[in-house]
Amino acid sequence: MFPFSFEWAWDMAHVVFFGGFWYAVSILGAGMTFCILKAAYDTINDSGDSHH
Amino acid sequence: MDSALIPEGAKRCSFPKFAIGIAIVSAVVLWGVFAMFLCWFKGLNQTNMNDYYGFALWIWADLAVIAVGGGAFFTGLLRYIFKIDELKNIINFAVIIGFICYSSALLILAIDIGQPLRGWFIFWHANVHSMLTEVAFCLSAYFAVLTIEFIPNILENRQANKVPFFHHLAHNMHGVMAVFAATGAFLSFFHQGSLGGVAGVLYGRPFAVREGLLIWPWTFFLFTWSAAAFGPCFTLLVTKITETVTGKKLVKDNVVHLLAKISGWMIVTYIIAKIIDTIYWALVTAPSLGFTLSHFYSNNGFYGYWILITEIVLCGVVPGAILIMKSTRENPRLRLIAIILGVIGVCLNRWVMVLQIMAVPVMSFDTWALYFPSWQEIATTILPVAYGIILIAVAYRYLPVFPQEQELNTIEPVAEAE
Amino acid sequence: MKQNNNKAHKFGMVIDLDKCTGCGSCMVSCMSENNVPFKEDESNKKDSITWMSVYKLTNGKSFPDTQIVYMPRPCQHCGGKGDHGHSPCVSVCPAVATDYGYDTGIVSQIYTRCFGCRYCMGACPYHARYFNWWDPKWPEGMENYLSPDVSPRMRGVVEKCSFCYHRYQAARDIAYYEGRDDIEEHEYQTACTTACPAGAIVFGDLNNPAHQVHQIVKPDPHPDPRNKHVVGKSRNPKVFRLLERLGTNPKIYYLSEREWVRKAGDNYLDGEWDKIKNYHGATLSND
Repeated sequence: MFPFSFEWAWDMAHVVFFGGFWYAVSILGAGMTFCILKAAYDTINDSGDSHH
Repeated sequence: MDSALIPEGAKRCSFPKFAIGIAIVSAVVLWGVFAMFLCWFKGLNQTNMNDYYGFALWIWADLAVIAVGGGAFFTGLLRYIFKIDELKNIINFAVIIGFICYSSALLILAIDIGQPLRGWFIFWHANVHSMLTEVAFCLSAYFAVLTIEFIPNILENRQANKVPFFHHLAHNMHGVMAVFAATGAFLSFFHQGSLGGVAGVLYGRPFAVREGLLIWPWTFFLFTWSAAAFGPCFTLLVTKITETVTGKKLVKDNVVHLLAKISGWMIVTYIIAKIIDTIYWALVTAPSLGFTLSHFYSNNGFYGYWILITEIVLCGVVPGAILIMKSTRENPRLRLIAIILGVIGVCLNRWVMVLQIMAVPVMSFDTWALYFPSWQEIATTILPVAYGIILIAVAYRYLPVFPQEQELNTIEPVAEAE
Repeated sequence: MKQNNNKAHKFGMVIDLDKCTGCGSCMVSCMSENNVPFKEDESNKKDSITWMSVYKLTNGKSFPDTQIVYMPRPCQHCGGKGDHGHSPCVSVCPAVATDYGYDTGIVSQIYTRCFGCRYCMGACPYHARYFNWWDPKWPEGMENYLSPDVSPRMRGVVEKCSFCYHRYQAARDIAYYEGRDDIEEHEYQTACTTACPAGAIVFGDLNNPAHQVHQIVKPDPHPDPRNKHVVGKSRNPKVFRLLERLGTNPKIYYLSEREWVRKAGDNYLDGEWDKIKNYHGATLSND
């Protein structure tokens, strides 16, 4: 799973498989981080009115 | 009693009635949980699996719930990426069904492994060449996507939405949902496919093995395609059941017709591919290994040609034909028959691709092996169904799951609709 | 000093089915050697552990033409398609709990790594893999007979024949101590081989022309021109492998004078056997 696991190899199979996996996880992580931070920002800077 | 939690303007049954219903289903959950703990504490000797049937009812249940849960990723893909706007009226429910299916699959896997405490080895010591590794990674990651897709709906609960942070979070998550949906579709393509690959790569099992493209056997693509085709059938079926139980129309006909039509065309294209695959396997792949088609469907007490015909014709060609033709698709009774057949068909396909593989003898002097699950296996397989009923009931009661519900149920002359 | 890693071995076995009497000594010695646990009731053979299992085959003819053969079946230690080490089981294990030893040709099982998904069992057409459905138990007093060289397995993991790998390790240790590079043929023999009263099992290095197993099998090192996945086909007309056509490339070879026995080793369409029964790999050059 990580390069420091002893069965890790820097071969094409590992790079493609874990490249795809970590890419997907990064998008999910970044997306959620953005949403949470922006929600916090909106909450602080919002007078409480709905902005719909 | 709990009226403050119920979506504004929505009619729900009384709390005691709701609580009694939940309590009855909870009894089934407890039965399943008891069986689950038996398996965990006493081991898999609680099952009727054996060394011929290392993969059995649970793996079938896993494959089946993931296949029918495919409605979530496919509907999400259509709604957020292909911008088919009508589907916004059913996407919440599709996501909830997907969430139930995937959480169930993970739970069943946790019971199914002989050393549950070592379950994390599949991630940590991953063999990237194994289809099962790909399943585990993509399935877990996609479950995270489903959770993310479910969260905004939860936050739209009347009380939760009053909290400004939750209100903003739900709003922001809706804003970037297309990114999550795209990631979900990517992950789903691979785990649905690799579940097909699990069988297709078994070159020691002539019933399962398929040729393919690069490292992916044809079953890889067939499983992805069938999940996208039959998943929406299951979404429609559960919607229909929910409508019947609640006595309310929850989704407009045009939305149902649209999803049914897409599903129909997907089923038709899938079943053509499946027929080609079956013919090629029967005429080329299996004979090249010394097997005739009849070897796989005779000399045993259960697996005959009926299963092949039922899966492909009765539960594939027939629902596909019903759903692509406007007149039959828009006939509620025929449509219901089609989606039920479709769901049975995909579940039967998964059964064949797990259980029949184990049953067929490979060595010339070996014998057919049939199996019937123990009550512990059955209870733990029913457990997710009961859990799903509870989650849908709770979600329907407290969350604005169906955007068209109020419009379709404006005037209720009688107070209690359920 | 390196421990004989300079040359890859390919340990394998040839079992003479015409000599095998079906006595079961190989099974007993294997269980005893490898600390295989007992069940109280061993009548259900589909969930009891027998690394070495003896199958009974008949020619299907009625008396007086009935013939019976007993076929001992250990793990086949498959080399996989093209003999590249991607055995059916090794290639599917999600946690690298079973591995192919390129220096020995032995398919290993790492019990503490296995988490019991049983995918390998589904992948093996020989039913050579066994799951520990129960906690390992021995009748009282029998714990004293357990071998200290072989770790017992816990409930919930898969196990199988290891070609008595601990004996290989012991032989290497002795060779190392004595300053030798390699081990002798007789120094590493599996328990079943040594226990067989009929001498039906011959074990050794298929890569070593001096070894008896090589001399009997005469493995063809080239891929079979009719099926490129098959490598190591025997050039001895009396020798065959189980399910060779699947391309699993087992390292267990079987020997029989009887044609129906050789035919039972694989599956054939009608008329196919007669066409290929006299094909025995590339021509014998200098063997």
